[in-house]
Amino acid sequence: MPKPKVPGLIKGLGVTARTLGRTVKDGANTVQYPHEKESPPVRARGVIALHEDNCTACMLCSRSCPDWCIYIEGHKQLAPPRRAGGKPRQVNHLDRFDIDYALCMYCGICVEVCPFDALFWSPEYEYSEPKIADLLHDKEKLGEWMETVPEAPELEAGAGK
Amino acid sequence: MISALAVEIPYWGQSIFRVVGGLVAVLLPAGGIVYLFLFKMMSFMQSRLGPMEAGPYGSMQLLAEVGKWMQKEDIAPDNADKPIFKIAPLVVLLSTFLLIVVVPFGPDAVFADFDTGVFYFLAVGSISVLGILIAGWASANKYSLLGGLRAAGQLIAYELPMVLATLGVVIQAESMNLNRIIEVQNTGAIFGFGGLGNPFILTQFVGFLIFMIAVQAELTQAPFDMPIAESELVSGYMTEYTGFRFLIFFIAEFATAGVFAFIASVLFLGGWGVPFDWFGWSNIDDVDWWMNIVGPVIMATKMFALVGIIMWVRFSYPRFREDQLQTFAWKFLIPVSLANIAVTAILKVAI
Repeated sequence: MPKPKVPGLIKGLGVTARTLGRTVKDGANTVQYPHEKESPPVRARGVIALHEDNCTACMLCSRSCPDWCIYIEGHKQLAPPRRAGGKPRQVNHLDRFDIDYALCMYCGICVEVCPFDALFWSPEYEYSEPKIADLLHDKEKLGEWMETVPEAPELEAGAGK
Repeated sequence: MISALAVEIPYWGQSIFRVVGGLVAVLLPAGGIVYLFLFKMMSFMQSRLGPMEAGPYGSMQLLAEVGKWMQKEDIAPDNADKPIFKIAPLVVLLSTFLLIVVVPFGPDAVFADFDTGVFYFLAVGSISVLGILIAGWASANKYSLLGGLRAAGQLIAYELPMVLATLGVVIQAESMNLNRIIEVQNTGAIFGFGGLGNPFILTQFVGFLIFMIAVQAELTQAPFDMPIAESELVSGYMTEYTGFRFLIFFIAEFATAGVFAFIASVLFLGGWGVPFDWFGWSNIDDVDWWMNIVGPVIMATKMFALVGIIMWVRFSYPRFREDQLQTFAWKFLIPVSLANIAVTAILKVAI
């Protein structure tokens, strides 16, 4: 037997009334922000964090950035040889890695393109500044956000081969 | 009002008493409605908490809003007809204050006990149309003009079913005096059972529905908010208003909601009265004086229940299209209310 048809107008009143009851009983879906922080999903695109040791200053991220908001400066320097008696290695040393969050459009291309896993998405979102120039964050600040980067998810079965 | 308390108050004292009483009877419900329904009920229906910062549970939010509006600059557009532009919100608010005059809150607690109370409130209630129309016209703004004209068309269209729905009550009560209508309801009987009185919502249910729909439209609450349709007309006739004058429009909107709910509860729900049988009163002169104090509380309860329904509908339904809105009034509500009058009259004579 088909259910008796409830007129849409009554149904509409029911929807709002039920939402009201649910809000009174279980609380709202919203969060009272300054008093309690919203917890974004683990993989939320809040801010881009930098793992400085992995960065080789290869400039791939900077070149792929649609907004040109990543500023990288580096220089070549000699590092001690890996084995005793070997030749000193030449490495790229990172002097400056700034992201201008006033320009960044959170596309994530830099994170995708980084071949050395130096850039990560962090769900952190509280980094607004009173002055727009202060949104240019340097590599120390980007490094601090590394702590908020969640663990990488498990690979799918068979993905490692 | 005065004899019941057994105190002689001079005329000027009565006047002050009436002015203060009128302000309280208009502004207190308006504030209550805004906080209870606009701030809280609407928020809860959208699964959020609404204002929470000003005072406990945001109860002082309204004061903050009033303070905010008072600070704002009072701007009139260059091309506006300034004196009329400035007076328009006051005309709308005036209509609200004139409406409260006839609403009885107790056997003696009436600002003015007119024999033609029903006629009076129907007449005075339409003054707000003038205010809205001149607000729309004087703003020198296309959106305001369109909003004002839509409002005029809508308010006039829905005035008719309201008048006709009220007629059913008047026929049944055989009086246009609001206190007499209350008395008839509370001394009446349902098939010989007088324990509940005979509130006219039972015999005039169709009239009640038509009246509430018409009130919804008169208040320009959704689904009848075509005049202030914010997605097409910015804010209709209120577009050019700022600060204090906008505040007056805002107060008038919700105060009128309260007053119309008062009137609906008088006409259909038995008003301030409890069934007179309960305390052995036979007519309105018999009623004990303490009803003047309990009466307003009963009235307020009924008013908030009715406004709750109005607001519930407002928060639930999308807007009518302009032609649907007019069709609904002229082709459905008015014929139905005419039929309601005919049936009421036939039954009145036959029984």
